[in-house]
Amino acid sequence: MSGLVQVINSAPALMASVAIHFPSVQYGDLVPELALLVGALVAMVSSALARTKDISFPYTGIGIVTVVLAGVWSYHLSTIVASSGPKAIVAGAMAVDGFSTFLMVLIAVSLLLVILLAEAFIYEVGSRGPDFVALLLLSGSGAMFMASAEDLLVLFVGLEILSIALYVLVAYCAQVTLSREAAFKYFILGGFSSAILLYGIALTYGATGTTNIGQIALFLSQNTLTSNGVLLGGMALIIVGLGFKIAAVPFQLWTPDVYQGAPTTVTGYMASVAKAGGFAGLLRVLYVSFQTVRIDWRPVILVMCVLTLFTGSILALVQRDVKRLLAYSSINHAGFILIGLYVATQSSLGDSLYYVFAYSIMAIGSFGCVSIIGHLKGSTEGPLDIDSLRGLAREHPRLAVVFAILLVAQSGAPFTIGFLAKFSVVSAAALGQHYELAVLAMLSAVIAVYFYLRVVFAMYRPPLTADTEGESGLTLTDDSGDVMIEEDGALDQGDLLTVTRSRTIPVAASLSVGLALAMTIGFGIVANPLISFASSAIPLH
Amino acid sequence: MSVPGSWYLILAAVLFSIGVVGILTRRNVLVMFMCVELMLNAVNLTFVTFSRMLNDVAGQVAVFFVLVVAAAEVVVGLGLIVAIFRRKANVTADDLDILKG
Repeated sequence: MSGLVQVINSAPALMASVAIHFPSVQYGDLVPELALLVGALVAMVSSALARTKDISFPYTGIGIVTVVLAGVWSYHLSTIVASSGPKAIVAGAMAVDGFSTFLMVLIAVSLLLVILLAEAFIYEVGSRGPDFVALLLLSGSGAMFMASAEDLLVLFVGLEILSIALYVLVAYCAQVTLSREAAFKYFILGGFSSAILLYGIALTYGATGTTNIGQIALFLSQNTLTSNGVLLGGMALIIVGLGFKIAAVPFQLWTPDVYQGAPTTVTGYMASVAKAGGFAGLLRVLYVSFQTVRIDWRPVILVMCVLTLFTGSILALVQRDVKRLLAYSSINHAGFILIGLYVATQSSLGDSLYYVFAYSIMAIGSFGCVSIIGHLKGSTEGPLDIDSLRGLAREHPRLAVVFAILLVAQSGAPFTIGFLAKFSVVSAAALGQHYELAVLAMLSAVIAVYFYLRVVFAMYRPPLTADTEGESGLTLTDDSGDVMIEEDGALDQGDLLTVTRSRTIPVAASLSVGLALAMTIGFGIVANPLISFASSAIPLH
Repeated sequence: MSVPGSWYLILAAVLFSIGVVGILTRRNVLVMFMCVELMLNAVNLTFVTFSRMLNDVAGQVAVFFVLVVAAAEVVVGLGLIVAIFRRKANVTADDLDILKG
């Protein structure tokens, strides 16, 4: 008994001796991430209080307010960084620097566009209620954590917050076979790549004794490893793990399937925010942590970059589905972004980030157009055959023009953000005297022009009728028949396709695509603000 | 007599490889799923071993993060698998062949 009393008495002393020192946290620096988390919670809690379950616009409202707050605050942080310099926060686990704030603004803008699109379409095929917005905000906060991660573990946790919510979003239309299949493929490969990334983190930790990105760089600059096998293994696994996320060849195999099967709005989100998160991790880890061993990773990135550029542009040529085609186009763009990483100077990193921004905007705009067209053609959020675009220009001339501009912008037409993005990374390669890479990049851009124009021409050709079917070789019904074979379900694709509603373009969708178009052209003509913002996107250290 | 740390690292590498090979070759969805978990736990073993070798507690803390993340992944993953294979007799990845990559 007395022993027990003694133990109890000594407990405070014991606690005092091993007191845990919590880092001082300036919550003002974490507002963008926290805002998204709180927004998701508010959406879910308020749904419990709502009287009807079958509404979506209040949650969309919550999402928009949250995202705008996060975006404005991120921009505010970037002005603070510009005036008083970057800093590490939360005991060095996260960073507020030009790099993170630029990406957070990008993530907020992309989320805004996606939420608007979702309001227009996703609830037609998935459940109404707070789920979609809550998951989207959670996933976006994961991307923001990745953008500001200054520790490999924070990067990993951010990646998982991003991915786990996204697995559910891909399966959001779970009654559609394609969506389920895409979700499963994405889930298994996502878990697989996360585990590979994590093993890379563990090996890097073993080699350097720390998981902090800045500390790793410090360690490597001060020490010469006698045998660096563990470090190289760790670095390779980190590149593979993040390579899956950014869909770089040879880790791109999941991309077309998942992009095609996922609801189109979610595909837009994956192409923009999820990719931005992956690039945030890859750029920061390789550029900052492994700065002193860049002689080891740069050849790997070069090979990946060239393979990605050409696999994306060449395989896109033979696609029949618009979403698959855009998936390969997204792989092609990932190759361009890798150029900036390969050149590996401070300004080329900014060029890569500028490209990420430009691509995100154009991708959401393009997938938004695919959403609208799919909706008009009666397969909301579903796959879209390229032949079904025929005649679109006659029925919906304005929509066709907008889609055409976004596609041509992606191919790098002047007076658009896409041109400036391609110009900046290619000129970065030329400035670094990597002329072969610059030439290869432009060559792949030329190939890419062809498949973008293929979509544009399809829209401006007359619609398929009985006598033109022969020339195209495949009839529409044959084609969609292939896609829609479904053995098990009462609720399948076919049911969705037969839902007849008034086929007008929803206001929210026009707003989203309009915003994307305005930014695509606006930042293409008034280029300076975004370019100087991107050039200030410098990582800490 | 203590076992040298490198043995644990080799064991972890072998477990990780078994997981990778399992995902690439097995067709049962649940087995594939278990292989992902095996990979994560191999990483945990690596973290703990390095933590002991470096005499640094950060590696052990990392394991807790990984455990939590793995648990969250299991919740979502099993939910997805149930949703996908609810109306099928067996859980085989070969049945998921509509999207051709």
